[in-house]
Amino acid sequence: MSILVNNNTRVVVQGITGREGTFHTGQCVAYGTNVVAGVTPGKGGQDVNGIPVFNTVAEAVKKEGANASLVFVPPAFSGDAILEAADAAVELVVCITEGIPTIDMVKVKDAVKEKGVRMIGPNCPGVITPGQCKMGIMPGFIHKEGRVGVISRSGTLTYEAVAQLTELGIGQSTCIGIGGDPVIGSTFLDLLKLFNEDSDTDAVVLIGEIGGSAEEEAAEYVGEEMKKPVVSFIAGQTAPPGKRMGHAGAIIAGGKGTAAEKVAALERAGVTVSSSPADIGAKVAEVLGL
Amino acid sequence: MKVHEYQAKQLLKDYGVPVPDGGVATSPEEAKKLAAALGTKVVVKAQIHAGGRGKSGGVQLVDTPDEAAKVAEDLLGKPLITYQTSPEGQVVSQLLVEMALGIATELYLGMVVDRATETVAVMASTEGGVEIEKVAAETPEKILKEFADPALGLMPYQARKLAYGLGLEGKTAGAAASFILKLYQLFVDKDCSLAEINPLVILEDGGVIALDAKLNFDDNALYRQPEVTKLRDLTEEEPLEIEASEYGLSYIKLDGNVGCMVNGAGLAMATMDIIKLAGGEPANFLDVGGAAKEESVTNAFGIILADKSVKAVLVNIFGGIVRCDIVAQGVINAAKTLDVKVPVVVRLEGTNAEEGLKLIDESGMKFVTAKGLKAAAEKAVAAATGQEV
Repeated sequence: MSILVNNNTRVVVQGITGREGTFHTGQCVAYGTNVVAGVTPGKGGQDVNGIPVFNTVAEAVKKEGANASLVFVPPAFSGDAILEAADAAVELVVCITEGIPTIDMVKVKDAVKEKGVRMIGPNCPGVITPGQCKMGIMPGFIHKEGRVGVISRSGTLTYEAVAQLTELGIGQSTCIGIGGDPVIGSTFLDLLKLFNEDSDTDAVVLIGEIGGSAEEEAAEYVGEEMKKPVVSFIAGQTAPPGKRMGHAGAIIAGGKGTAAEKVAALERAGVTVSSSPADIGAKVAEVLGL
Repeated sequence: MKVHEYQAKQLLKDYGVPVPDGGVATSPEEAKKLAAALGTKVVVKAQIHAGGRGKSGGVQLVDTPDEAAKVAEDLLGKPLITYQTSPEGQVVSQLLVEMALGIATELYLGMVVDRATETVAVMASTEGGVEIEKVAAETPEKILKEFADPALGLMPYQARKLAYGLGLEGKTAGAAASFILKLYQLFVDKDCSLAEINPLVILEDGGVIALDAKLNFDDNALYRQPEVTKLRDLTEEEPLEIEASEYGLSYIKLDGNVGCMVNGAGLAMATMDIIKLAGGEPANFLDVGGAAKEESVTNAFGIILADKSVKAVLVNIFGGIVRCDIVAQGVINAAKTLDVKVPVVVRLEGTNAEEGLKLIDESGMKFVTAKGLKAAAEKAVAAATGQEV
C-alpha cells in the first residue's frame, strides 16, 4: 500500500519548462513515475519531451487527470503555485523549492489546510515509494522496495540512511523528505500517523535535526499511539547555539531545539535513537530482529 | 539577518512606534554634540549585534555632554566582550546617544514565527529587562501569548488583551495596544523572524516607549526587502562566512581542527557529529549545496583551508543529483591549485561514486579514500592528530 504516492499517482509538474523542472521531470519519468502534465503560465500548448504543458493546474487536472503536483517554481512564486495546485483539488502537493520566505509559508499552510490538501515541503527532496513513484529529486537507484518508512528533515542525510537500509537488504515502503524550513506542509507527526495505519510498513526511521520541537511532538505520539518500532537519528549534536546550520529551520534559539532535548524525548517514548549517523541501518535491522 | 539597535529603532519610528530621541555617534565629539543637543541626561549605548551589552559596560548613563564624550572615548574602537560575543569580543564603532527617561515600569514584548502553531506569536510579560528565556523556564505563567491568525493578522482585541493582561490601565493600556499592533505590522511588512522590545517601558507620565529594540529578518525574504538589506553590517560577521555566502556556500566556522566539506545541510551536521564520535572536533560546517560543481568545490576548499587550525579535511559527498566524479575532479583541482598541505580524506557515495574514486586514485596525489561514513570520520580524525592513515 505505502503512503502518499503509488502506481496510481498522476503527477503534474509546476515549472516544468524551467531548467530544474525539465531535468527532474526526466529523472522521475525514467524511474517510472507517471508524469501526465506540466504547467508553466504562458507556455500552454507546448510539450516537454512529449509531456503536455498547460497554462493552469486546473487544466492539467481536467484534461490529464493529474492528482498530485510537484512544484519547481522559484521562491517568490512558490506560494502562489502551491495554492493553485490546492485550488485545483489535487490530493498532494510536493514543493521542492528552497528559499521561500517564512511568512509566506505561514499563510500558504493555513490556506492549504483549509482546502484539505496534503502538502510536503518546501525545501525538501520529495517523496518516493520505491518501485512505484518517485516524486522528487532523490536518486532513485539507492532505494529498494520494502516495508520500512523513512521521514526526514534532510536531503542527503536521508539518502545516507536509505543507502544503509538497502545495503543491509532492508527495503522501504515510502521515504519522505519533509523539508528543512521552519514552517512545512507535513510534520513528522502527520506522517507517523499515516505510517502507523499503513499495513505495508513495519517500522519507521525518523531523521530529525536541531531547531523547533517537531521531534518532541513526534515522540509524544510515538509514546502514546505508535504500534510499530521507530528508529531515529538527530543531526546537529555538535552544532553551536544561535547559528543557522544551512537549513532555515536548523537553529538552536534561546537554548531550545537542541539535539540532546530531542534525543531524550524520543528515548523516553521508546524510540531507538542511533547516536551515530553511520548506524541507522543497523539499528533498524536490530529492532526488526534481522 | 541582524541589525543594530539604532537601525531597529529607526524602523520602529517609521511605523509610528515611540522610541527615545537620540542619534548615532562615531566619535567622542559627535557624542558630545548629540548629548548637548538633547539637553538632558543621556544614555550612551555601544552598537554591536550581540546582546548582554548592559552587563558588560556597553550601556552607560551620563549627566553631561563632556561625560558622554569621555564614555564614547572609552568605548569606541575597542572590543566589547559580552556573554554572546566571541571571547575576543566585538569592536564598537558606533554609539547610540539617547535621552535618558523617567521610567516607571519595565515590561517585555516579543514577536516570533512560532513553529509549533505556525503563526506569528506575540509574547508579553511584566518581567521586563531580564532574559526572557529565564522567565519562560522558571515562571512560564508570567508570559502572556497571543497568536495572529495567518489570514486576518493580529486583531486589536488581541493587543488589548495583552495590554490589560500586563496590568496596564486607561490611556497607557491604549498606547500599549497601539504599540503592539504597529510592531506587528512592521514584523509582517518587513519579513522579521524576531522582534524583541526588552524592556518595553512605561514612563512616569504614562507613555509607552521602546527602550531597547532587537529585530532579526528572514534571510529568505531579503530579495524583496531592499531597504532592510542595506542595513547589513558586514563588520559584525565572520569574514569567511561572508566569502562563503558570496560563492553560494553555507559555511560556519567552529573551533575544531577537522575541516569538513559535505553536500547537504543535514549530512553536514551528521558529519560534524560523527567526527566528534570518532574523538575529534569539527573545524566547520560546510554545505556545498545541491548543485555542487567543480568550481564550488574548489572555492569550498579555499575557505576550509583559510582556517589555519584545520589539520585534516574530510570530504563527504553523497551523490544524488550531484555527481561524485565531478566533485572528485573539483577536489583534485583544488589540491593542485591551492597547494593543499594537510591530509584529505575522501568519501564518495551514490551517483558515479566509483568513477569519482577512480579519478582520485589515479590523480597521483596523496588522498586517503574511505568506504562508509564511520571509517571516513575515523581516518580524518587520525590524520588530524598526525597519525599515518
